[in-house]
Amino acid sequence: MTGTPFDLQLLNFCAALLLLLSFAMLGQRRIVTLVNLLATQGALLLVATLLLAWRTGEHHLYVSAALTLALKVIFLPWLLHRLIRRLKVYWDTEPLLNIAGTMLVGLLVVVFAFGLARPISALASTATRNAIGIAVAVILLSFLTMITRRKAMSQVVGFLSMENGLFFGAMSATYGMPMIVEFGVALDVLVAVLVLGIFFFQIREQFDSLDLHHLESLKENQPLNGRETAGSTPALRESP
Amino acid sequence: MEFFLLLGTPLLGALILGVFGGRHWAAGLNVAISLVTFLAACALTARVVSEGPVLVAHEQFFIDPFNVFLVTLTALVGLTTSVFSRPYMRVETHHGRVSEARLRLYHSMYQLFMTTMLIALTTNNMGLVWVAMEAATLSTVLLVTLYRTPASLEAGWKYFILCGVGIAQALFGTILLYFAAEKVLGAEGVTALLWTHLNAVKGQLEPTVLGLAFVFLLVGYGTKVGLAPLHNWLPDAHAEGPTPISAVLSGLLLNVAIYAVVRCKVLVEGSLHSPLPSRMLMGFGLLSVVLASFFLWRQRDIKRLFAYSSIEHMGIITFAFGMGGPVANFAALLHMTVHSLTKSAIFFAVGHAAQKAGSQLMDNIRGLITTNPTIGWGLMMGSLAILGMPPFGVFASEFLILTTAMREQPWATPILITALGVAFAAIFGRVQPMVFGETTVKRLPHPPALLPVFAHLAIVLVLGIYVPPYLADWYRAAARLIGGE
Repeated sequence: MTGTPFDLQLLNFCAALLLLLSFAMLGQRRIVTLVNLLATQGALLLVATLLLAWRTGEHHLYVSAALTLALKVIFLPWLLHRLIRRLKVYWDTEPLLNIAGTMLVGLLVVVFAFGLARPISALASTATRNAIGIAVAVILLSFLTMITRRKAMSQVVGFLSMENGLFFGAMSATYGMPMIVEFGVALDVLVAVLVLGIFFFQIREQFDSLDLHHLESLKENQPLNGRETAGSTPALRESP
Repeated sequence: MEFFLLLGTPLLGALILGVFGGRHWAAGLNVAISLVTFLAACALTARVVSEGPVLVAHEQFFIDPFNVFLVTLTALVGLTTSVFSRPYMRVETHHGRVSEARLRLYHSMYQLFMTTMLIALTTNNMGLVWVAMEAATLSTVLLVTLYRTPASLEAGWKYFILCGVGIAQALFGTILLYFAAEKVLGAEGVTALLWTHLNAVKGQLEPTVLGLAFVFLLVGYGTKVGLAPLHNWLPDAHAEGPTPISAVLSGLLLNVAIYAVVRCKVLVEGSLHSPLPSRMLMGFGLLSVVLASFFLWRQRDIKRLFAYSSIEHMGIITFAFGMGGPVANFAALLHMTVHSLTKSAIFFAVGHAAQKAGSQLMDNIRGLITTNPTIGWGLMMGSLAILGMPPFGVFASEFLILTTAMREQPWATPILITALGVAFAAIFGRVQPMVFGETTVKRLPHPPALLPVFAHLAIVLVLGIYVPPYLADWYRAAARLIGGE
């Protein structure tokens, strides 16, 4: 074989961009940008799925591409932007670890991910097997994003990006899951985001903020306030 | 036929209750729907017992001795919980804690939750197991936050995020499983995630990939089982939601999650031929038992106390499945049954007790026996049963597990016995003053339904003294199946 075919090069390029985007998410504090990055990630997945569908001639990949377009490129970003506007959360607070530190941890995570993916890549027979490592890295980096963020909204973006990573992993290892499972997963993601939308308004109504350190009072051994069954509202701990 | 009735009834019920769930007759309808589901489950059981395993709908659904007993158990506890929930939610409405709209949400989601659990139990497709497990979380998140108190929102958020992240690991595990299966079963992808097909070729599945997959599947579904150290969501979600939901979470959802783990374990063990999956189950199980029994001491909220007790029992079950072998598997299945029945009975009693005292703090609940002896005795007997006192069924299953552990894993026995002793002291010491002594509790505005409490305890008592032969055969068949024969 003389060199990699062009479409495969393009696929690998998409994979590399996905990894780059995960790092961009890791360092981004502006929530609107974070959602835009998520939408871009969805668009890249769409391109990758279409390329792969064209290359392999697997029809069900066209269906999952359509699903990706509808859900991850259009609907979810639209919904999240709407939530941001209605809830007026634009900036995340300083992450628990500063950005440079997070990036360094992220690098280590990527090395670990490639190590983890090596036995799988070695056994895979798909053209995209080199991308499995990237998929695992995207999953773990999204996980890191979730851990280091304070705002509920950024955690949700991390959660969805993790799902994107899983989707990419399934695609590069096996050309996608059986159709019925993919529909099921898409339905779950959709419902999850809708439930979260409702949930955010409940949190807002109660705390006037989407900052998660309001949600840290249920620890062991603390005086348990607000457990009266008569529906009394306990005093909220004011946060700085 | 029975099968479609089984899944269709709660689904249809969820839709109807989504519209009319706030009416005063909705609770009655909820009971009726659960009753039809239960009858369908019984009919299905009768069929599986007489005809053997059944495959339905292009092999997408599969009922064998292992899951059919869980289906019946799920439908039974679903029915009794709906009976309990009727007066319970009436009292809550009377106290002004739930509005009509929230009652509608509650009833609709209750049936949807039952549907998702029944799908997770009966599906043959490992991918659909995942989808249904995630759907089960999603349908209960808004129930945990039903009261909209700050604490319940926090519990709901934790539940959503921890279980969501956990279950994402399980999805990765499922992808890896599919990856390995596709090589053996062909790339068509139609049969490659079907458990029956996987089970037939498990010896040929690539061991490295399956080993890796099992780690992810165990961590993923283990989060939902509430295995330590992934258990953080469980006590909060149990304590902050309405009590009927605590009962079904503890009695049913945890069982379904364990079921998923065991199904995966059967496949992985067949491929790996090494004790790795068993050891992992034993390790997680033992850690959960020990951690939970010590955390029991620090609890002040009665529902959190019993939530930690659920973690402890899930640990025992996981440990028993980890040991494997016909006796330990039999004991684990029996323990799943009796724990589910006993724990939901306790939550029924606890729910009314907390309503009477106007507080879930154990210090505020005193002397239940003077104003309402049935609640008091229900709580006392339930606690004794869950602590493994003879002649209740929990004693029988724990005894079997301990004796098997002595024979096969002697190192673990002292740890288990110590943990059980610690748990006994913690729970008994708390429950005793709540039941006896000076009273602090008030009368309820609506008469409570205590029939479910005693019905459950009666079954547990019978199972402790005498397991009917057909039930024993059934457990044995399931135990053999799990043993990979």
